Amino acid sequence: MSVETETVSGRPGNGEAVREIGAAVLRVLIPVLLALIIGGVILLILGKDPLAYYGYVLDRGLMKAGGRQETFTRMAPLLLIAAGLIVAFRAGIWNLGGDGQFLLAAVITAALAPALIAFLPRGLTLIACMIVAIAVAAIWSLVPAILKARYGVNEIVTSLMMSFLGTSFANVLIKLFFWDPTTTVPQTRSLPVEDRLPRLFDTTVHAGILIALAVVILVHLMMTRTAFGLKLQVVGANPRAAIHAGLNVGRLTIATFALSAGLIGLGGSVEILGVWGVVRADWNPAFGLLVVPLVFLARFNGYAVIGFTLFFSALMIGGESAARRVGVPQDFVLVLVALLLIFLALVEYLDHVRRKRVAA
Amino acid sequence: MSGDQALLDERGGGDSGQVAPVAAVRNITKRFPGVLANDKVSLDFRAGEIHVLLGENGAGKSTLIGILAGMLRPDEGEILIGGTSVKIASPRESLERGIGTVFQHVLLVPSLTVIENLMLGGPWWQALGSGAALKRFRELSALLGVEIDADALVGRLSLGEQQQVEIMRALWRGEKVLILDEPTSMLTPQGVRDLAQVMRRLRDKGVALILITHKLMEAYELGDRITVLRLGRVVGQIPPDRRRTMSEADTTDEVIRMMFGTRAEHERDAEILTGHGRRAHRHRAVDRSAPPRLSARALQTAAGRGECPLREVSFDLWPGEILGIAGVDGNGQKHLAELLAGQRPAAAGSLKLGEMDVTADRVPERRRHGIRYVTDERVGEGTVGPFSVATNLVLKEIGQAPYWRRGLSDWDFIHDHARVQIRQHDIRTPSERTAVAKLSGGNIQKVLLARELNEDAGVVIFNKPTYGLDLQNTRIAHDRILASAGRGMAVIVISTDLDELLELSDRIGVMFQGRMTGIVDNGADVERRVGILMTGAEAA
Amino acid sequence: MYALFTEAFLTSLLFGAVTAGVPLLLAGLGEQISEKAGVLNIGIEGMMLMGAYAGFVAAFYTESFGLGFLAGGLGGMAVAVVVAVLCIRHGLNQIVIGIALTIGVEGLTSLLHYFQFSKTYPRLSQAPVLELPFISDIPVIGRALFSHNPVVYLGVLLVIFLGWLFRSTYVGINLEAAGNKPAALDAAGVSVVRTRSAAVLSTGFLAGVGGAFLANVGAGLFVPFMTGGAGFIGIVLAMLARGRPVWVLLGAAMFGISLAMTTALQVAGINIPTDVVQMLPFAMVMLVLVIFARHSVLPPALGLPYVRGDR
Repeated sequence: MSVETETVSGRPGNGEAVREIGAAVLRVLIPVLLALIIGGVILLILGKDPLAYYGYVLDRGLMKAGGRQETFTRMAPLLLIAAGLIVAFRAGIWNLGGDGQFLLAAVITAALAPALIAFLPRGLTLIACMIVAIAVAAIWSLVPAILKARYGVNEIVTSLMMSFLGTSFANVLIKLFFWDPTTTVPQTRSLPVEDRLPRLFDTTVHAGILIALAVVILVHLMMTRTAFGLKLQVVGANPRAAIHAGLNVGRLTIATFALSAGLIGLGGSVEILGVWGVVRADWNPAFGLLVVPLVFLARFNGYAVIGFTLFFSALMIGGESAARRVGVPQDFVLVLVALLLIFLALVEYLDHVRRKRVAA
Repeated sequence: MSGDQALLDERGGGDSGQVAPVAAVRNITKRFPGVLANDKVSLDFRAGEIHVLLGENGAGKSTLIGILAGMLRPDEGEILIGGTSVKIASPRESLERGIGTVFQHVLLVPSLTVIENLMLGGPWWQALGSGAALKRFRELSALLGVEIDADALVGRLSLGEQQQVEIMRALWRGEKVLILDEPTSMLTPQGVRDLAQVMRRLRDKGVALILITHKLMEAYELGDRITVLRLGRVVGQIPPDRRRTMSEADTTDEVIRMMFGTRAEHERDAEILTGHGRRAHRHRAVDRSAPPRLSARALQTAAGRGECPLREVSFDLWPGEILGIAGVDGNGQKHLAELLAGQRPAAAGSLKLGEMDVTADRVPERRRHGIRYVTDERVGEGTVGPFSVATNLVLKEIGQAPYWRRGLSDWDFIHDHARVQIRQHDIRTPSERTAVAKLSGGNIQKVLLARELNEDAGVVIFNKPTYGLDLQNTRIAHDRILASAGRGMAVIVISTDLDELLELSDRIGVMFQGRMTGIVDNGADVERRVGILMTGAEAA
Repeated sequence: MYALFTEAFLTSLLFGAVTAGVPLLLAGLGEQISEKAGVLNIGIEGMMLMGAYAGFVAAFYTESFGLGFLAGGLGGMAVAVVVAVLCIRHGLNQIVIGIALTIGVEGLTSLLHYFQFSKTYPRLSQAPVLELPFISDIPVIGRALFSHNPVVYLGVLLVIFLGWLFRSTYVGINLEAAGNKPAALDAAGVSVVRTRSAAVLSTGFLAGVGGAFLANVGAGLFVPFMTGGAGFIGIVLAMLARGRPVWVLLGAAMFGISLAMTTALQVAGINIPTDVVQMLPFAMVMLVLVIFARHSVLPPALGLPYVRGDR
């Protein structure tokens, strides 16, 4: 599967557009079905009823009001991470340091919020924390960014290393500096519920989801409608052409990293400000790598990413329940995601081969 | 020649076919998306004969030998080795059948030594035992009459030496057929002479040689038998006995007749084909009374891995003139082009545009001042393949008005602009939204030309502008270059094709190991003087 | 503070370092083979984890550590087959498939473990140890370095073997060609796909054995996600070693020491949070990268030749 996506060119003509959309839908639906089927087979082998499992996941994830709300809540950090990854991947930069960026931003937020709320109104506190979180995550990406921009050092390895460093460092921060003295288990001071992100209407879904949706759409528009977005895509598609076209590849690389990490950091911040209000030591939901397949499935399109994130969130929430009730552990979701990604790559490859043969 | 004649007579002479040809193809047909590369091609390749396949770029020559070399499989037809029909499914099988191929671009691993490169593909479960390999190496060195150190790193050899190693590699497992694909494009005139000598030695030893070229002069000088290909078909053949009696002019006429039917209307094609650019040179009056538009003094660049940096380049360039840059590939031309364009910073020296010092400027500023660069790497550097033609046309102006306002893209305007350009420059594409990678090489070149040669251009650098293009597109490119100069632009043309430079240039500068060894007027005796400069001797 | 320099402490530290370092060594050496051939094996983490699980299951049911290692190697190779078919043969994006496989193996092994062992959490008996005669009697070093499971010694021998293989065999130059200029290898009549596939499969096997070592010898049991980034560290080691197996050994030793430092410090009663010590190896790697990046010792854009799906 290639990182290159469709030709960059605004909107296609009409009749072709319909056919293209139809083909695109198929290209997505088939891998999903295949993944669900193979996943089902695995469940069968392990002695579980796949239909019962999928049914339960669907019910608990999307049908029941409570589950639906949890699904939407879960979407917020995932969408923000996805936005960050879209920016990076489109520019050809493999930012695999998401976990470290997410966690550090979360910890800083968790430490800062209770301190600020003492003398600032909620609105300002929340905004200040988010800004600081973005900055912290962006700074954490500086080293891999500069190494890549100036010396061409492969960012896969450096961002992964920084991620491991970041998760450990986050724990150190909690255990050494931000430990709430009143708790036995190391964790930050708790942010009271009424000081967190406001709830929407009378649900348990917090405003973070609105922020996340807005950000994803903005990122999508930025990539497709602005000069900056096009520059990133040129760098990602052909770095030599980028130099030839006079783009400052080094500066764009650093900017991309900072933006990508910042968005992921915002995800971490929103998760704390909206859901937990606190970070316990050794807490790591490890969303960073899990969102990667979603972004590829959506072929870096912002709107498609929203759809896939909804699907994945429902899967996670439903899966968490299913783990208790149906006896299928949550990690089965990982298997589904992996199957999805592999089948997606295969379907795209076969489609590519079929097109070449038709053209001959 | 009498020795050769005797040899050929012994083998039954030109067409008698008393001995089965070493290799042959019958009715080979090969299709690619949108093009019929080979159309029922049937040819014989005889031992002790240099058989030249002559044709313009796109005639199907490379496809045919790709089939013989096992890189491609024919859609129809068969391959015969020694009279028996065989299937060649991979390069390994081709080598095993005694067919060795030397491709246009050197296919050696630069980080391995000569002998290691030759041993690639040996029995993998064994340790490197160089005894047998060294023996074979010495055998082939003697056969070719060359002297190369077996333990030298390939990356350190000259292009000519690398090519000799390639020939050895091709002959390693057997010396039946040797195919050479456009071997002279990377060589100095002396290198060409050395190669010719090697080829004749091999021929005299009974090897069947197949030479691919698009230069008629080469075909005439080196070939015993000349087959002319056009648009995938064999349009004629000049057998050895005829070729011996014909002069170069006669051969030219015959080839043009085979290709086009008549010489009329194809004078320029004929000239490009025969490489008689020097005759085509139309002298232009260049006004050198005004100060030069571009002045370079002592330009230097930093060395990268495996690249040739600029050590000392100085020249002046006047509006309306065409300065050709000659030299074997890899003597600093790429760095020069990139430096002038602004892609590569100067480590030392100065560059002035009129009175203005532009040394520190990079691509965006240089472009604003009117300096344009048409790169030789159309696909690797000049365009972004998956992007549309329209986007590629504005690739160097991202963020600038009128296509972008306050950072936001005006796609409608960009597409309108593209449609105009496509019409104006006759770019053959289904739409302005088509991915540029889908276009043919000639049309991609038109996109580059359209992008770079707009009204504000003052200095244009062309790097290998006609590389890989067929006759028609070559002509179009030459016309545009001449028209640019005619409109008052200062033009630099970098090329490894001396004939092209002779046709186009007013003056010719020669690059050797990063230095501009001299600049000569394109007048009498220019070829000799350029030849001397190409060997590194300073201007006489 | 004196506790730091007792014989017991040093011995346990060095011993722990070897035990922790061997999986990294094997992963790193395996990755080096792939890297030479031009393949960036992101999925190596998945290969190690699969090896850990397969190795544990085999050793548990057959009560043979030898079979455990073999099963581990085969498990890692099975994952490598997917990479070979999808990425090498068909040219799918190596990074995407690698991430997919890592996630998939994490999920699958966790799943299988849940159904098989989550109720019982069995442990393996102590792994067999081969004490090298005479030198294992040297105080501190002898017990720390020369009384280990045979796989440890094999690992060290592998370093020497690979060094020879890369320099002086046909395999070595084929690998070099595949990674440096695959078109040249193709023109020489050698299948680039087959060369690279063989490299990837070898990586899978070695990573799998490393994973099995981690589970069977290092821990004595299998815990989901137990590799914890060891495969990625292997990639880093291979990248820094630039083609010389000896450097992989040194890097693995360095990581091993800092990994072992955590438990050793706790044993000595020093109360630094384990996270600080865990940061050390990664911080050191980043430092090395920053220092050596200036001298451009690392090949620029490591990803480039690997993504090209050449024949």
